[in-house]
Amino acid sequence: MWRFIGIRLLQAIPVILVVITVTFFLVRMAPGGPFDSEKPVTREVKAALEAQYKLDLPLYQQYFSYLGDLAHGDLGPSFKYSGRSVNELIAAGFPVTAELGLYALLVALGIGCLAGIAAALRPNTPQDYIPMSAAMIGICMPSFLLGPLLVLVFGIYLDWLPVSGWGDIPGDKILPSLTLGSAYAAYIARLSRAGMLEVLNQDYIRTARAKGLPQWQVVLKHSLRGGMIPVVAFLGPAFAGLLAGSFVVETIFQIPGLGRFYVQAAFNRDYTMILGTTVFLSVLIVLFNLLSDILAAWMNPRLRAQYGK
Amino acid sequence: MSLLEVQNLEVSFVTRNGTNKAVDGISFSVDTGKITAIIGESGSGKSVACYSLLGLVPRPPGRIDGGRALFEGRDLLQLEERQLREIRGRDIAMIFQDPMTCLNPYMTIGKQLMEPLRYHRKVSREAARARALELLEEVGIRDPASTIDNFPHQFSGGMRQRVMIAMALINEPKLLIADEPTTALDVTIQAQILKLIAELQHKRDIGVIFISHDLAVVADIADTIVVMKQGKVVETGDRAAIFQHARDPYTKKLLAAIPTDSKPPQALQPEPLITVRNLCTWFDQGRGSEPVKAVNDVSFDIHRGEVLGLVGESGSGKSTIGRSILRLVPVTSGNVNFDGTDLTALQGRELKQMRRRMQMIFQDPFASLNPRMTVYDTLAEPLLLHRIENRKTVGQAVLKLMDDVGLARAFVRKYPHEFSGGQRQRIAIGRALATRPEFVVADEPVSALDVTIQAQILDLMQALGREYGLTMLFVSHDLAVVRHLADRIMVLYHGEVVEQGSGEELFTHPQQAYTRQLLQSIPGRSLLA
Amino acid sequence: MTSQQTIVDISQAEQGTSLWHDAWLRLRRNRLAVLGLVVLVLFTAIALLTPWIAPYSYQAQNLELGASPPSAAHWLGTDIFGRDLLTQIMYGGRISLAVGFVATSVALLIGVTWGAIAGYVGGRTDAVMMRLVDILYALPFMIFIVLLSVVFGRNMLLLFLAIGAVEWLTMARIMRGQVQSLRQQEFVEAAISLGLSPATLIRRHLVPNALGPIIVYTTLTIPNVMLLEAFLSFLGLGIQPPQTSWGLLISYGAETMEEYPWLLIFPGLALAITLFSLNFLGDGLRDALDVRGAKD
Repeated sequence: MWRFIGIRLLQAIPVILVVITVTFFLVRMAPGGPFDSEKPVTREVKAALEAQYKLDLPLYQQYFSYLGDLAHGDLGPSFKYSGRSVNELIAAGFPVTAELGLYALLVALGIGCLAGIAAALRPNTPQDYIPMSAAMIGICMPSFLLGPLLVLVFGIYLDWLPVSGWGDIPGDKILPSLTLGSAYAAYIARLSRAGMLEVLNQDYIRTARAKGLPQWQVVLKHSLRGGMIPVVAFLGPAFAGLLAGSFVVETIFQIPGLGRFYVQAAFNRDYTMILGTTVFLSVLIVLFNLLSDILAAWMNPRLRAQYGK
Repeated sequence: MSLLEVQNLEVSFVTRNGTNKAVDGISFSVDTGKITAIIGESGSGKSVACYSLLGLVPRPPGRIDGGRALFEGRDLLQLEERQLREIRGRDIAMIFQDPMTCLNPYMTIGKQLMEPLRYHRKVSREAARARALELLEEVGIRDPASTIDNFPHQFSGGMRQRVMIAMALINEPKLLIADEPTTALDVTIQAQILKLIAELQHKRDIGVIFISHDLAVVADIADTIVVMKQGKVVETGDRAAIFQHARDPYTKKLLAAIPTDSKPPQALQPEPLITVRNLCTWFDQGRGSEPVKAVNDVSFDIHRGEVLGLVGESGSGKSTIGRSILRLVPVTSGNVNFDGTDLTALQGRELKQMRRRMQMIFQDPFASLNPRMTVYDTLAEPLLLHRIENRKTVGQAVLKLMDDVGLARAFVRKYPHEFSGGQRQRIAIGRALATRPEFVVADEPVSALDVTIQAQILDLMQALGREYGLTMLFVSHDLAVVRHLADRIMVLYHGEVVEQGSGEELFTHPQQAYTRQLLQSIPGRSLLA
Repeated sequence: MTSQQTIVDISQAEQGTSLWHDAWLRLRRNRLAVLGLVVLVLFTAIALLTPWIAPYSYQAQNLELGASPPSAAHWLGTDIFGRDLLTQIMYGGRISLAVGFVATSVALLIGVTWGAIAGYVGGRTDAVMMRLVDILYALPFMIFIVLLSVVFGRNMLLLFLAIGAVEWLTMARIMRGQVQSLRQQEFVEAAISLGLSPATLIRRHLVPNALGPIIVYTTLTIPNVMLLEAFLSFLGLGIQPPQTSWGLLISYGAETMEEYPWLLIFPGLALAITLFSLNFLGDGLRDALDVRGAKD
């Protein structure tokens, strides 16, 4: 197992390097500089600014100097918010995004797994059709559509829940978490249904029934572990998706999280902020992918043994 | 009174396309201390009948239409699921066909073994574990104390089946249902498992239902034999009655399908068609690990017009030899000489020219035909590729081939999925013979087929072999079939030739221990003259 | 004479039903999938004909009218500039559907070629090619697409290509898996032992058998891509005015939903119905072609 983790960690390094490199050069390819906007500045001021942010150096030197800073964990200053470093901005936004993501993940896993397992236990009955139709709606109802609709219904017409903010009014965390989590609840419901159905059709389930075990034991002891492996393996991609989804949800609900910063940085061509946030989020996603892979491998005794030696 | 008395059991499956009667009013009984064998080909309803007794047929689509199944005075078919559950795994236990898939890969075998005991008898964990260890010992697992916490994938197929047996017996059931328990195993392992089941049954004095498609397998162990066909029982009798005085034509057909004779010796032509010298085919396992030596330093000749039988267990490299000769797998070293040409050196056009002269018949008729091509396309492809026929004449040639392999001409536009296994194998044989090859490798061509179909295909291959003057390498795990068909037999073990000789020589005077072990493992050996 | 007789013989043969035909029969029994197909054909036809059949001109504003709810003159109402919403949705649909189809085609082209080569050649080539796919897989796509849209935002075509270039990975994996498992099938071995050239082998034996999963996955990729475009446009990073797309319309609708809810609901419905149709069709095809679900 440790060897497996070691190998995967080593494999993550080139991935992260590729991310940094591609991001760095892509951002530099983008048309329009950060100081082109709003009020025109004099040539001297612009040159001074560019010197300050090392934009006057040849590209490859900028790249290596950025890598050097990165090695110390320094993501550089923000172009837009002068005087603030990218590190500070991330530190301010990320806890909010992380909390939102965590709640959404709980929503997704809780609803998704329950619905999927229930559907798999009685396939082709209402117990299957109803949650699976709901899942289909969840998949076809993207967060940027579901969010406004939820606001419209629960925030405006019914006036039950606050429609924006984060941690200001009690209950204002409910709608964003639901909005972000629901699409993933739908995916997880379908995945866990497929996984459980596959396992329930295996010969060893018949063996368990032939032993005389009651249904709940067959499900809990013999099916759940195998059936949930696809869900666990999906957690990595789901996490990446949740982060991206948080861009939208934070915009809709005006939540001061990292996602909103990122979108604003993209608008403002705040190079260092885009670069820093991308690198930060990418590393996070790569690590989370790794975690979910390790967890999925650990759940399978055959894989566990293979890498155990 | 019998332990289990089944009367007029009827089971059907209700699907969108109508109702399908799987079991049509069958009756049989099982006595304590006896083995009742239920024999039938695939689709005869033998497994469904037994599963329905324990409520293991999924409902829907399954439906029990009628009948009674008296077990210790209670009608199993009338019991509630709760009551049935108490019987399952305690009074009636089961063993299944494929030990590779029947054990939960996510649980240690110890946990799985203890489960029936813990659930039905509420035994403490320690006591259950002690009992599990005892049983593992009894079924012949070496060093149970250190293997009990292993996962199923750490055991071989034979060992897993032993674990399954231990699990079935752990609650001291009164009746054991064994559904083709040895079909997925090698012959030598099959013999061991059969012996184990017979011993345990005798020692514990329990009743056994032994389901099988193969009469030969139960020839040594069954007390009563029930022959089923298309959901009905066609004949019931004790072992001697069935094997010596079968009355029903279908039973007779099943018996006749067991090859019992040896091919009469014929004079070999002096010049070999194929000479294989020091053939090695190794498969790389990636960096750092030893290559798998599937074929290791093998030399032999095949004479023109000869059928050479190649026998071995799974993993012995017998299929790889055939594929190496045909250049379907890359050869590591050695020579294969075909009528004066070194096949291992051929490339491109020259190799294509030679392919016309040597063909292969595969094991699995479901996988060996392209599912998107009609019989016509499949048979015409080799004819057109090698310019044997042109677009105008190819139709006629295809129909002629269909006649040869015994397929109705009207089926020429049909697709593989519309045919039965036997018919598909006929198409595959037709494709192999289309180029009029001199040499054919037949890789277990009948092992995926029902016994009666097996006999038909073997007859067809023999007849066509004569008609086309074929030289053949016949690869099989089944010694009886090989003896029936081959002029000479070669025994393979771990990629090396152990022994070779005529069928008669090998059967009467085996020289090597492994050959003797193989011969002793042949099911229903007493049937072979 | 013989060829004459052959023709007679073969024409009298019973017609077989191919697996494609079987699949079509199964698909036809699936009402939701057929409904999805009908809706998609209808939407595509409307999108193609929009310049001729749209009730109003795309640019026509009516500032006096302003935002008005659905009426006989404007079936779906008008936006704050008094532009006909139905017309907007029709023009938006052109872009949204085009993104879906074009980007998916790009993904299909790259993915299938890549996967087929890796699966067929095998060995070291395969290892290198799939290692690259693994690395790309681990990249955070959504974030990258936001990034790409910043870089290429003004250029629709590049945006399509970028999305397609990101979506091909799963396609490549599926194709490679197909080719690999087919290669081990005995009928492919049989074809090799007949002496078929690799090109013929691929064309006659591999491609027709690998097609099922590819069709299914293509159907399921289109909605993903459309969602991605809508997602970007919603954030203001995708389609730029004066062009419009469903994502952009939803974004505008969300801003004013309190006063003019129809501006959110109708574009939302258009998108949701299309996504539903594609997913139902994809699921139906999956069942009809008996394809096991892709792992992700």
